[in-house]
Amino acid sequence: MESFHGEALSWELRDGAVELALHREPCNEIGSLTLDELEKFVTILKNFEQQAHALIIYSELKAGFCAGADLRELYRRSQELQQRQAARGVRHYLERIHRVLNTIDASPLTTIAAVHGVTFGGGFELALVCDLMIADKMARFCFPELRLGLIPGFGGIPRLKRDLGNAVVRDLLLTGRSFNATRLQQVGLVSQVVGEGESLRVARATAAQLGKFDRRTAIAAKKFIKPIPYEELQREINVFCELFAEPAVEAGLRKFVESEDAQPYLP
Amino acid sequence: MGPSKQTLEEILSLAATHFKVPREKLTPDDDFFKTLGIDSLQALDLLTRLEHHFRIELPDYELQGVSDFRTLADRIQARL
Repeated sequence: MESFHGEALSWELRDGAVELALHREPCNEIGSLTLDELEKFVTILKNFEQQAHALIIYSELKAGFCAGADLRELYRRSQELQQRQAARGVRHYLERIHRVLNTIDASPLTTIAAVHGVTFGGGFELALVCDLMIADKMARFCFPELRLGLIPGFGGIPRLKRDLGNAVVRDLLLTGRSFNATRLQQVGLVSQVVGEGESLRVARATAAQLGKFDRRTAIAAKKFIKPIPYEELQREINVFCELFAEPAVEAGLRKFVESEDAQPYLP
Repeated sequence: MGPSKQTLEEILSLAATHFKVPREKLTPDDDFFKTLGIDSLQALDLLTRLEHHFRIELPDYELQGVSDFRTLADRIQARL
């Protein structure tokens, strides 16, 4: 399937790069629909390895790259189920999203996240699996999970630890504050900061450059410099699930879902 | 000490330009959520633009409960 157009995302092969476009309103929240389509994508990703050298992930929505997990769906589903069933459901959901993200992380293709606007929580974690992050200068990043009584659950902590010094990881996680792209370039997470509306164009130019090199060398280099912290990723799922059982989480989710506050995204 | 006149004026001008509101309709004590008609995500966008403009880093938690331009200018002034 060289191209696909779904409800939450679409993909196509273009100039040797697979382009995965997110387009679920309002800001690509990752719920069961997006997860189903992401699973479909990683199932066929291997088929692109002979024809493509790069994968670009970007958003077609003006609001931003991705606002993270679909908290409204998470809350609604957890309310419909008994506590034990809800806990099992959350674990199953996390294991599925981890399989998707681990597959992209380990892909022999060189992967580029072209991000703009809101890049929060699970959206930030999706960008973190990529080899390169190219950010619009107006992109904004944060991990707001602690406000809900949770930790990031899509592999954020192990991947931040892989890429950053511990002091920055603590600042991102423990304050829940948002960072701009320039700041994240200074600390080494964003590889290029570009003008407004330019991230996809620059990602395509970068993908074209990568295509000049021998693929076997690029694959060997990626494998050498980007180990996947599988053990910590599994521990993250366990910690998330333990926290999810706490009453504070239900209260935090309810507050977010029912909020009419003008500032729900401010910490 | 409050914000400098220049800081306040630069914030008002930037907000007016970006959110396409006539500059003369904005005053320092306006609630910017209401006057600009923005939500919290757009407020974060404004924050990013102000960080670039003033070449500062302003943690968003410092904006908790802040909704008028004058207090916003105070917070920015403290970082200049």
